[in-house]
Order: sequence, then structure tokens, then C-alpha cells
Amino acid sequence: MSEDHHDHKPTGIGRWLFSTNHKDIGTMYLWFSFLMLFIGGGMAMIIRAELYQPGMQLIEPDFFNQMTTLHGLIMVFGVIMPAFVGFANWLVPMMIGAPDMALPRMNNMSFWILPFAFGTLISTLFMEGSAPNFGWTFYAPLSTTYGPASTDYFIFGVHLMGISSIMGSINVIVTILNMRAPGMTLMKMPIFVWTWLITAFLLIAVMPVLAGVVTMMLTDRNFGTSFFEASGGGDPVMFQHVFWFFGHPEVYIMILPSFGIISQIIPTFSRKKLFGYSSMVYATSSIAILSFIVWAHHMYTVGMPLAGELFFMLATMLIAVPTGVKVFNWTATMWRGSLTFETPMMFAIAFIILFTIGGFSGLMMSITPVDFQYHDTYFIVAHFHYVLVTGALFAIFAGAYYWLPKWTGNMYDETLGKIHFWISLVSVNVLFFPMHFLGLAGMPRRIPDYALQFTDFNQMASIGAFVFGGIQLLFLYIVIKCIRGGEKATDRVWEGAEGLEFEQLPSPAPFHSFTEAPEVK
Amino acid sequence: MFVSTELFAAAQMDLTPGVTAISQEVYELHTLILWICVIIGAGVFGMIFISMFKHRKSKGAVAANFHDNMTVEVLWTVIPFLILIGMAIPAAKTLIRMETPADDAEVTIKITGYQWKWNYDYMHEGFDFFSNLAKSSRDVIYAENNKDREGINYLLDVDNRMVLPAGKKVRFLMTSNDVIHSWWIPAFAVKKDAIPGYINEAWTIVPEPGVYRGQCAELCGKDHGFMPIVVEVKSAEDYAAWVSEKKGAAMTAAAGDNKVWTKDELMAKGEQVYAQCASCHMADGSGIPAAGFPALKGSAIATGPVAAHLDMVINGSKVNPAMAAFGYMSDSDLAAVITYERNAFGNNTGDAVQPADVKAARQ
Repeated sequence: MSEDHHDHKPTGIGRWLFSTNHKDIGTMYLWFSFLMLFIGGGMAMIIRAELYQPGMQLIEPDFFNQMTTLHGLIMVFGVIMPAFVGFANWLVPMMIGAPDMALPRMNNMSFWILPFAFGTLISTLFMEGSAPNFGWTFYAPLSTTYGPASTDYFIFGVHLMGISSIMGSINVIVTILNMRAPGMTLMKMPIFVWTWLITAFLLIAVMPVLAGVVTMMLTDRNFGTSFFEASGGGDPVMFQHVFWFFGHPEVYIMILPSFGIISQIIPTFSRKKLFGYSSMVYATSSIAILSFIVWAHHMYTVGMPLAGELFFMLATMLIAVPTGVKVFNWTATMWRGSLTFETPMMFAIAFIILFTIGGFSGLMMSITPVDFQYHDTYFIVAHFHYVLVTGALFAIFAGAYYWLPKWTGNMYDETLGKIHFWISLVSVNVLFFPMHFLGLAGMPRRIPDYALQFTDFNQMASIGAFVFGGIQLLFLYIVIKCIRGGEKATDRVWEGAEGLEFEQLPSPAPFHSFTEAPEVK
Repeated sequence: MFVSTELFAAAQMDLTPGVTAISQEVYELHTLILWICVIIGAGVFGMIFISMFKHRKSKGAVAANFHDNMTVEVLWTVIPFLILIGMAIPAAKTLIRMETPADDAEVTIKITGYQWKWNYDYMHEGFDFFSNLAKSSRDVIYAENNKDREGINYLLDVDNRMVLPAGKKVRFLMTSNDVIHSWWIPAFAVKKDAIPGYINEAWTIVPEPGVYRGQCAELCGKDHGFMPIVVEVKSAEDYAAWVSEKKGAAMTAAAGDNKVWTKDELMAKGEQVYAQCASCHMADGSGIPAAGFPALKGSAIATGPVAAHLDMVINGSKVNPAMAAFGYMSDSDLAAVITYERNAFGNNTGDAVQPADVKAARQ
């Protein structure tokens, strides 16, 4: 037995298959997410191509429904969530001065479940009959009594994703609570670590609920139960309550880590400490707690009692307070700073403004009587794409540009990064802003064909979509180019960067870092 | 590049104020909240842009050192909270008005969602009818030339409109026969889910006669995008005339269930009824086999024993959830459509199924 050298890397495919290294697993998560971005994005291109003009030109209505369903599921569970787990894997140990994640073998398993989960989900496209075609929210009874045969594969895939997420979040919690370097008290942790700690608790709380709802679907479909079947004494509305009890915390699972990333980047390029660190922590916690008592605002039109509608309206409006605090804090961090505008900062500023626009439309739809008009229209589609694309995805871009030099040891190509930013910024707004108008003018979501008065804004959106989708190939090129070489990054990478990963580790970060705990002042 | 630039000027960008007192209130709330958001947004984004232009390193800006300020932090927590209360009060008032049960309604209509059509049951008048996507729209869904879709209210027109009296309180009771649908007329600010096993309630008072259009708002399967809603509001007198005409038609239809039809009559009526089948089985009976919608042309059911054909249409398929049970249709409609399916598309079985056969098969 040879003694392991401290920078010994296993070689070949085994390095990846059997990896217990947080950096390699983080890399695999990020590449997986990137691959899924192109698959889910390809589906979005098919949707936007069909919607380019009225009438059915390219695909059949049922295939359109399969595309919207799989696009949503892949983007939520296959892109945004794994990307954030990838960031957590790479960064949490380096930010808290730990040598690795606390449970490295479980880390390996939680990643390697994902290709099987998504393989199962995507395989439904090649099965006889239809792939899942009931929307990513898979409301019963459309997904149970009326679901295609492939629905059972979808259920199995969702179970696998849930197992993966739960193991991942246990790992994050154990790592953060047990493996901090001496002196790294909770209130000294970088905000990114805080947001992930809270996200991980949300995941553990709601992933079993998702597993429960798909299990009830499974038994309804195959074993004669009637959880959601009205004719058997069941309740289709209960499906929505259970689904959204998972679903609303889920949307914060997809945004809290972006808050963390933005809270790391804005101070660096403002050369100024984050404004209101502790209020950021409290605001994040408040958002997480509130996320458990607002779920029914997704279902105002199901015919709830007045008292229920009032409660969920007021609780939902409350979320605007802590979310506002975060936006104000970022603004105050930039105020009287010394700003420079490298690509991560550009994406971070775009995030603040565009995410806030998504937040405003969210506030508008919290108002129950008005939401009756917005519900299930393109206004909703515009809203959640502003928070998830110009929100979560832009934060992922910002974070990738910000930490790529630390990960690879090379600077990315700044000119290409700026081109990627500007084209993305313009096209994403051409893509999603007109959807506000479409929704207000009365276009329902999830329709493959539309009345003529919706033509122009749909064409704008489609053109924006093709440009936005296409320019992400440039991002792929930038990432590959950065991995393969480029100007060497300094250890600190950015003039204003703070935190253990920039102050105490070289660039690129070695395969094993902090084998001895650093001293934290 | 744009195929319909002439429509661009007319394209609606804001919510409709609608035509009812409630829809006006909703529009005012929407406008109020929108402007509050615009003002807050202008303030916050303004600060960000000032920072971006004035506090940039290239202009020699040196970073200040503050990172906490209790006063402003309390202020920007409390002030938004107060603004929210200011929004919640009028919102709650409107909501309470909308949700007050319409026990004093003069007309009650039960709306039942089906894949993919609506049934309107005028409960106290004793008639009901189905409302399907208009044939003029269905025929041009796959048309290559966009001009073919102009001038027909494409996807927003139906064969049978819901008719309401102007100025009277109308109660809607929503339910569904299969999956969840959602009945929505933007001009009334009424959107309520039609859910199997539930009866939801909504109401409206439309002051002026007119035609108002909407669409199903909840994903309900393949033809979710093809089940529009059209409401025609008539004056009280015209409404009364329409009701008595409908009542007469209902009596005639009931009589049709008890008579013996000729094969030509069955075929003619069957072709009309078949429009409801054509969205899956296609107008020429070729179906979309790849998507799980079998062809009727030459099929074992449509050319085999009549009993099996009756069972399939009345009770639905036991293996394919896409084939719903159509037993809710009248005996004469079922007899006509089954006769049509057995003789059209070159099936030529020569069978003529009578309403009495359907009645017998139901038992």
C-alpha cells in the first residue's frame, strides 16, 4: 500500500465514478446541470418555435404538453438545483475551512443517482404512447386517472431526485454544523454558507412531502386507492395542497442560494463589506419560515373559503418585507463603494434589478382578487421566468464567472464574458418581458396555439428565446476555454475578494484543501 | 418579419377593466399595485444606477466603510410593511364582495368542464347544451396560410354561446366531468376552477349586452388550448325569447330519443356530433395512433359487433384513459354518431343504430 500523497488524484474514469472529493463531485454536479440546461433549453426552443405564429405548424398539441412538462421538470430539478448543489460542494468546505464534505461517500451517491433519475425521466420520450404531458405541477386527476402509462417512470424519477436531494442536504447541514474551522462562528460564516444551510433545512422538510404526493399518485394509478379520485371519495384539491406545500418552499430552495452568491459578489466588486450581514441572515430565515405558510397562493381559484384566501393573501404579502430588506441591503452595499464591472458583477447587478421585477409581479399576484385575473396566464409565466432565469440562472452565471478562476487557476476571457452578458441581458428581456403583456391581455399559459391578437408579442418572445438559447453556447465555449488555459489567476483573484477560499488557498484550489484547519480571526 | 404588424398598434398590453363593477374594482387594484411597484422600483433602481455611475472605481471613488445602520434598517422594514397594509385593505374589501354568496341570483347556470368542451346547464329552465370550439377555427388549426385564420375570432369562437340576461345577477356553479378545467371571462373578472367532485361558485352582473370571450385556464390535456368560452349578454326581452326557443329545442330533442330514424337522418346528425370526436380520431377517422388515439377507419370496434361499439362510446375505454365515457350524451346523439362511425371513412357496415338500441345498451 502506498501512502497517499496529499495531492494525489485518482486517474481515469474511476476518479469520477468513485469520487469522494467535494471538488470533483461539485464539478460533476455543475457539468450535469450544464448538460440538462441544453436539454431543457432545447425543449424551450421547440415550444417557442411552435408559438412563433398562430396555428399548429411543427408539433402536435400533445407533444407540446410533453415539452412544457419536461422543460419545467428538467429546469427545476435538473438544472437549478444541481447547479446550486455543485456550488455548495465546491465552496462550502473551502469557505468554512473544512477538508471536504462531512459524508463523502453519500456525496458520491447523491450525485450518481441523478443521471439515473433523469435518464428515467427522459426515457419516457422514447416510449410507446405519450411522455408525461400534465405540466411540471402534475395536477391530479390529469396525471393519475388520465395520465399516460409513462407516468409511473416519471414517479420513479421524482423519487430518485428526492433521495438525491435529501442526501445532499443532510451532507450540507452536517458539514456546516460540524466541520467549521476553529473561530468560524455561525455569525461569521459567509452568507452563501448561511443561505445553503437554510436551503438544506427546507429541502429536508419538503422533499419527503413531494415523495409522499407522488407515492399517493402511484397507488392511485396502480393499486386501487382513491387519494385524489373524487369518484372514490378522494379529493383532487388535496393533491394541490400537498403539492404546493412542497412547491412553495421549493421555489425558495431555488432562489436562496442565489441570494448567497449575489451577497458574495456585490461586496467584492464594491470593495466594501456587505451591508447588514445579520439582517441578511434574519431575512433569509424569515423567508424560509414564511415559505411554509403561503402555499395556497398558487391555487386561489380552486374555491377556498374566504378566510383561507384572506390568510394566504396576507401571509404572502408579508414575504415582500424580508425580500425587500435583501434588495435594500445589496443597494446599500453598492452605495458609496468603489465599483468595477467585471462579468460576475454585471450578472449580479442584472440579478438584483431583474429579480426585483419578478418580485414585484409576485407581489401583484399575492393580491387574491387581482390574481383571479393573472392566474394561469402568461403573466405568471413571465413572473417565474424573471425569478428563475434572470434570478437563479443569472446568479449561477455570476457565481460561475466569479469562482471559475479559483477552480481552474485561469481567468476566463473577459471580453467574451461581457459579450455573453450583454446579449443574454437584452435577449432574456425580449424573451420574457412581452409575456407580461400577453398574460394581462388574456393569453392562458400551456396552450400550443393562440388567438391572433397575441401574435406579435409571441414572435418577439420567440426571437428573444432563440438568441438567448443560442448565446449559451458561447458560455459553454468560455467555460471550456477557461479550463484549458488563459491568463493565470492570482490567489485572491479579485482585488476586493474576501473569505477563506480567496485569502488562504492558492488558485487553482488544490485537490485536497484545508487538511489542517485554518485559523479564523 | 412580423406577420401581422397591422395588429401591433391594437395589441392589448394591460389588464382589461372589464364590464362589471367587480372587474372595474379589480382593474383599479391592479393599477394601484402596479404603480406602487413602479415607484418603489424607480427609487431602488435609481439608487443602483447612481452608484453605478458615481461610485465607480474608474472615477476615483474610494469605498466608504459603513456596513450597518440601525435606523435605515428599521425604516426599510417598517415602511414597506405599512405600504402592504395599505394595499391589503382595499384588496380584502374587493375579495369579500366577490366571495359573498349569490343567494339572490336570478339565473343559475351549472358549468361542467369536459375534455374539451363546456356544458351549460340552465338548471331552473330545464335545458342544457354543449359549447365546442367553432368549426371555423378547428378547420384552420393546421392551415399553412395565416390569412385563413383572420376574421373568424380564431380559437375564441364556439358553436353554442352561453347567453345571459343583462343587468341581472347570475350565479355560476362550476364542476367537471373528468379533469380540472377553469372557466374564465376576463371582462367579468370571473375565473374559477371546475373540479371533479366539487361544485364551485361565482357570480356576475353584466350591465350591458355584448359578446365576451375567454378560454379554459387550467391545463386539461391535449386540447386545453382549444376550448374557448363565449358569453353573449342579451337584453331581458331577448334573453326570455332565447330561453323559450331553447326550451322548445330541448323538447324536440327529447322527442328524437323516442322515434325511429332513417339511416340518412342518422348520418347527417352523426356527422355534426362527430365534430366532438374529431379532435382525437380526426375528421377522416385516421386518428393519431402515435399519440394513443387509434384510427376508426377500418377499426375492430367500428366495423365489429355493434354491442362492443356501444359499450366503448357509452362507458369509455377500460385500457386507454384518453377514451372518455360519453354516456352523458343523448340517446339520439349517440345513435347518430355511432351510425356515422360505422358507415363513414369507408367502414360501410350498413348498420343503422337507433336511439332505442342505445337506451337498451345503457342498462
